[in-house]
Amino acid sequence: MKSTTTNSRRDFLKMSAITGGGLVLGFNWFSAEASAPVVFSSIVAGDINFNSYLSIASNGAITIMSPNPELGQNIITSFPMVVAEELEADWKMVKILQANLDNKFDRQLTGGSGAVPHSWKLLRNAGATAKFMLIEAAAQKWAVPASECTAANSFVIHSRSGKKLGFGELAEAASKIPVPATVKLKDRKDFKLIGKSSVRNVENLKIVTGKPLFGLDFYRDGMVFAMIQRPEQFGMKLKSFDGSIAKSMPGIIDVVSFKNNVAVVGKSTWQVLKARKMLKIEYEKEFALESTEDHDKLFLNLMDNGQATVRRKDGDVDAAFKNAAKAIKAEYQCPFISHSPMEPMNFFAHVRPDGVELVGPTQTPGRARAEISKLLNIPEDKITVQITRLGGGFGRRLYNDFALEAAELSSIIKAPVKLIWTKEDDMTAGTYRPAVRYRFEAALDASGNLTGYKLRGVGINSGNPTREHNFPSGSVENLLIDSVEHKSPITTGAWRAPITNFLAFAEQAFIDEVAQAAGKDPVQFRLDLLAKAKKSPVGDIRYDINRMEGVIKMVAEKSGWGKKKDVSQGFSVYFSHASYVAQVADVVMRAGLPVVKKIYAVSDCGQVVSLNGASHQVMGGIVDGLGHAMYSKLSFRDGAADQNNYNTYRLIRMKEVPEIETHFVDNGIDPTGLGEPALPPTGGAVANAIFKATGKRVRNQPFIEEDVFKTIS
Amino acid sequence: MAIYKLQVNGKTLQADVEADTPLLWVLRDHLGLVGTKYGCGIAQCGACTVHVNGSATRSCVYPVSAIGNSQVITIEGLSEKGDHPLQKAWDEIDVAQCGYCQAGQIMTAAALLKQNPKPSMDEIEVTMNGNICRCGAYHRIREAVKLASTKI
Repeated sequence: MKSTTTNSRRDFLKMSAITGGGLVLGFNWFSAEASAPVVFSSIVAGDINFNSYLSIASNGAITIMSPNPELGQNIITSFPMVVAEELEADWKMVKILQANLDNKFDRQLTGGSGAVPHSWKLLRNAGATAKFMLIEAAAQKWAVPASECTAANSFVIHSRSGKKLGFGELAEAASKIPVPATVKLKDRKDFKLIGKSSVRNVENLKIVTGKPLFGLDFYRDGMVFAMIQRPEQFGMKLKSFDGSIAKSMPGIIDVVSFKNNVAVVGKSTWQVLKARKMLKIEYEKEFALESTEDHDKLFLNLMDNGQATVRRKDGDVDAAFKNAAKAIKAEYQCPFISHSPMEPMNFFAHVRPDGVELVGPTQTPGRARAEISKLLNIPEDKITVQITRLGGGFGRRLYNDFALEAAELSSIIKAPVKLIWTKEDDMTAGTYRPAVRYRFEAALDASGNLTGYKLRGVGINSGNPTREHNFPSGSVENLLIDSVEHKSPITTGAWRAPITNFLAFAEQAFIDEVAQAAGKDPVQFRLDLLAKAKKSPVGDIRYDINRMEGVIKMVAEKSGWGKKKDVSQGFSVYFSHASYVAQVADVVMRAGLPVVKKIYAVSDCGQVVSLNGASHQVMGGIVDGLGHAMYSKLSFRDGAADQNNYNTYRLIRMKEVPEIETHFVDNGIDPTGLGEPALPPTGGAVANAIFKATGKRVRNQPFIEEDVFKTIS
Repeated sequence: MAIYKLQVNGKTLQADVEADTPLLWVLRDHLGLVGTKYGCGIAQCGACTVHVNGSATRSCVYPVSAIGNSQVITIEGLSEKGDHPLQKAWDEIDVAQCGYCQAGQIMTAAALLKQNPKPSMDEIEVTMNGNICRCGAYHRIREAVKLASTKI
């Protein structure tokens, strides 16, 4: 059966008969304004992969498709919650399915803390539109005004007569109601799911019982396994290889080469892993083989002599420093770090003559398809992408190098292949958080007012390592922010809260130094700057002064700022992506060493959708920020990373995490994102508390290598 | 290559593999039990933790030839219906973020609770410190182990 609808300007409604069953309502969450008629195919009973993302079956079962890749940010739970809230659905009757890559969805990716902000209104409209139509259908059936009917728990109710019908019973009639041009959304005080902690991760049962969910869990009859040996040193390229021994080993099917890769293909992971060690490969130098010592020298040289690109300039900085009563200068540096999600990179690809099937963990399935289309010269409409759950991402899976490798390999060996990276591959093959060094300078007048501010960022493959329009820009009359970049063969990429994951620490630690030099309380010092930005803004201000003030004041109150005698407190606040997070760290001394006892966090991310999910993002972000600031680094010798697995690359563990107390600002504004913003402030709060406790500034990451953490013998 | 008969989750299963094949890859590639995860391959992260004769064991470095008649329990065999107190606590506390390490976390905790049904927070931390959670869900892991210990 085919049906056509022309009545929906917004292309909301899809209507189809389930073969041998009732009718379903389908709503396209994300379709753009459409004027052309849309033709819908029939749906086969039991096959829920039809082109609609919200359906109500005649038995009352509600199915919601979750389009975005899930990597722990809880989107597979949060998105459907928003739809179900406006729909007044009984959450227990809602079934959620991970969607495949489909052009019908918009922004089907995970990154930039942007999913909920982007889709918030679309999701609410989808649920509210369905509710409107269900209520209309019931009102017509009962011959009562729709205004007298309400919906709750998957029922429409007419309270005056006591009549009641389930969504399932109404679905068929509702599907014939014209789609309203606009719908009324719920008042947030009436939310039953949104902002509550009663809704848990919808995949909990699968996770705790070990069901196949992740890319690495994907197996297919006839599939082969593969690993790739890549050059171990950045700057080297493949010269020649001898795969004869590897190829003669048990279970090995083939050894093939493409680009700088030598791939071993076999019948099981272990056989491939063993055979790969027997490859004989010669590499030759293509670019400089850089070491950490080279970078350290480079940082110092470029800081003074590099050709800087001006990012922002306000007033006359030279005059401000010339006339300053006091000038403060400090430099901060961070190393490369690896994303190292728990699940190493992997991807399944089957390149057939008639098309390509891709399955695996990627944050950007659309980009994977586009890049593979280009690589193999196969049109995008011949390529399918099944999105698996991601065993962490942190930005690494924004890049699809592993998916491209799998597809290229499959096209060469003409077989379905699962490409597996080992943890060592993951940690040594690049796409790191770039190493960066900052120099901050501040000019103070005789009263301790900040009159001049300079920041120079020098980064290795960092792009612009500053965020020139962030605080304190806008509050300082004379300001200069510029940057220098060194291009290196060592590859870099976005790492959770790109750039700000380190910049926030450096900046917030430096502002603490300035407040100290000015003889002012660090919290009050920032509030004074914000007050100044509000009263007499300098240049472009891209952060919301009131929201930043809000989190600062609230964290000061919650943490007992300035009132505690038994702990040393450090403060930090940061605006990143579109949200605001302020943190206070409590540090105590144990056996002569500073220990972080507790971190308070106040987040303004607008409306919280899933309270559990939001608190996980804040706590996880803090643990992530603290762990990498304290312990993690990649160093290099002749282009090769010194660390290649968790034995040498240190991640934070359970005994090292402090208590964390999280609060959210309840201001009712639309959601502004939370996957990243809680991470950037942590390093600064901790470093500032360490200073309070020890009188020493930590300015380089990892902190554990700083003097203050070396035991006094 | 040789045929190994293994006692896994109360059943006898067999795999034709090389003697040095880690139990992890036998479970995943040959027996279709993918709940046990590959994380680091060098016994550093605990994602591959299973029980061998009741002890938490890193299956990524445990060769199949060393198993013999030992009883192997994986996350799939921890309970019949996913209702082990730890599995229920993991849901109630809503522990998981990405979820990849959680099977290993639960298996480590299950072995602990078997030996020590009422562990202190310190004892929980000492045991669970060997398992990495890259998402940083450590607070809730600790809380869920504690909660489960009250229900055993």
